Amino acid sequence: MNIHEYQAKQLFDRFNVATSRGGVATTVEEARQVASSLSSKELVVKAQIHAGGRGKGTFTNGLRGGVQLVKSVEEAVELAGKMLQNTLVTHQTGPEGKLVQKVLIAESVDIAKEYYIAILLDRASGAPVVIASTEGGVDIETVAEKTPEKIWKVPVHPLLGLQPYQARHLARRLGFSGKQFLKASQLLLNLYRLFAESDCMMVEVNPLVVTKNGEVFALDAKLSFDDSALPRHSEIMEMRDTSEEDPREVAASAFSLNYIGLDGNIACLVNGAGLAMATMDIIKHHGGEPANFLDVGGGATEEQVTEAFKILSADPKVKAILVNIFGGIMRCDIIAQGIINAFKTTKLSMPLVVRLEGTNVEQGKQLLHDSQLPLQAASDLTDAAKKVVAAAARS
Amino acid sequence: MSILVDKNTRLLVQGITGKAGAFHARGCRDYGTNVVAGVTPGRGGEKLDETIPVFDTVAEAREQTGCNATMIFVPAAGAADAILEAADAGVELIVCITEGIPVHDMMRVKFALADRLNKDLTLIGPNCPGIITPGACKIGIMPGYIHKEGNIGVISRSGTLTYEAVWQLTSRGLGQSTCIGIGGDPIHGMSHTDALKLFTNDPGTEAIIMIGEIGGAGEEEAAEWAKEHCKKPIAAFVAGATAPEGRRMGHAGAIVQGGQGTAQGKKEALRAAGIAVAESPADIAETLISLLKQ
Repeated sequence: MNIHEYQAKQLFDRFNVATSRGGVATTVEEARQVASSLSSKELVVKAQIHAGGRGKGTFTNGLRGGVQLVKSVEEAVELAGKMLQNTLVTHQTGPEGKLVQKVLIAESVDIAKEYYIAILLDRASGAPVVIASTEGGVDIETVAEKTPEKIWKVPVHPLLGLQPYQARHLARRLGFSGKQFLKASQLLLNLYRLFAESDCMMVEVNPLVVTKNGEVFALDAKLSFDDSALPRHSEIMEMRDTSEEDPREVAASAFSLNYIGLDGNIACLVNGAGLAMATMDIIKHHGGEPANFLDVGGGATEEQVTEAFKILSADPKVKAILVNIFGGIMRCDIIAQGIINAFKTTKLSMPLVVRLEGTNVEQGKQLLHDSQLPLQAASDLTDAAKKVVAAAARS
Repeated sequence: MSILVDKNTRLLVQGITGKAGAFHARGCRDYGTNVVAGVTPGRGGEKLDETIPVFDTVAEAREQTGCNATMIFVPAAGAADAILEAADAGVELIVCITEGIPVHDMMRVKFALADRLNKDLTLIGPNCPGIITPGACKIGIMPGYIHKEGNIGVISRSGTLTYEAVWQLTSRGLGQSTCIGIGGDPIHGMSHTDALKLFTNDPGTEAIIMIGEIGGAGEEEAAEWAKEHCKKPIAAFVAGATAPEGRRMGHAGAIVQGGQGTAQGKKEALRAAGIAVAESPADIAETLISLLKQ
């Protein structure tokens, strides 16, 4: 799960990670309150959408730039008014853009130097690693490739957490000294607490800055959380903004279906994540393009199967559907009944290819046969893929 | 012959009174596994189906029944604790079926058990289908009847895709020595390499099928090891060639990040180690069969 910049700032405040002062506004009145409370000579107004490239984006009402520097409260209020409830188009939003429902208004910071900090889970060692670089504000992948000597990595023992000496070591490597050295070390320790106590998969601060008056701030951050741990963090779960997600995925998650939208025209419904990926692969292998990943899980109910069909068939790009079930615990006759009912309730009009294997497969096939529905039964995985690719090409 | 589990395995089920725990405890028992005990805190003294005794703690279950393996169905929030409890009680093989254990919990579990893993303790999973030695012992949620006794070892990160491969083998008359699902989480116990080492040293295993998926570097490490140490024929498949970067494909560990962990990269590493890679998931068994004919 991803969160907005203003929400990351709220988490920074909670864990005492030093950051610039600011607040969020959903209306012009709130924008005035926030801007006046900051008593700063310069303010920055930032549209809150998940997509990147905000600064270079354009609003459909003509305003250029989703990140604006202003010199007065009045100006901040005026710009907030132009951003709120308007649509911002960036290179990541697609041409339809994103509706801006919130703006962040923060004090503007005079940057003296920029750094990069990230804490993430290193799969190879199975432990967190802190990554720091003197090259902030730029793409870290490029730094890693061209000047790897400017990146430092410190592995963290998950039972001990980041130790103060490790934070000091990194702060020195980054070139901090004096008061700023202590501030930077403390910021790293607080940031690690945020990472560990909020069950983050990654915390990336880019940039970490030293201001012209000597403060050390985490200025902008990207946080991602372990979905499995969200049940124990209701405060973070509340930060979810479904208006930022693919509506097909939001609909699927409401029924505990594991769905990821793709760009192809062959939809698939599969039980199990590995088999679902393999089904996408075999569609491609035979010349088709998968429209989605969908794992209905090991114990899908008839209701879930029906909902899954609704989501798949509502996608205007989809030309054909492939159902691939390897019944283990899930019995094929139950799946077959689910397909028959879903077919009727959703009034499915596109080609449907069904491949069933495993527990009670004969009963399942018989049910489908007796239903006289216009579906194609496949004898095996290859047959299924070939049939669905051909069906999509025809329709 | 087989690895890790056989007729002598004495199975404990943690979370045996839950819906899934009870269902699969019965499934394993009906397959022929010797299910000797269950654990559910607060339910000690009860019996499942009037035969399998339930204890409050793993230590008691171990003392009273001599269980040497456990199958964990404890819900995600308590599953890390359940693994540590079983390890502390001295249970040698821990198979954790539970899906959705927080990653930070598993990091701590692995570091806490680091000195013992693959020495006096084996952890399979979490988020896995389990392990089966056909005809002898089933620990997990896989349908038993698709398996057949034989000499092919199967290692996989997924559930139903493993059943698919096993079914391809069985329906072509090829049986399996042991099949292991190592699980789809980013932090897990047994790795592809660990399983490969066991199969390499098992006289009852003549050939191996390895099924991987995007994310991490487990398949690459196994390929590197196999190149030097494994002379048995290996066929492989890697799922997720069509998965978009940066998205978790159902399994928490199935994600391509920063261009790392791609299906293409894994296939190349496997081929470089002399492993035959099936391009289509429908050809996993056939790929192995053509190796065996050579």
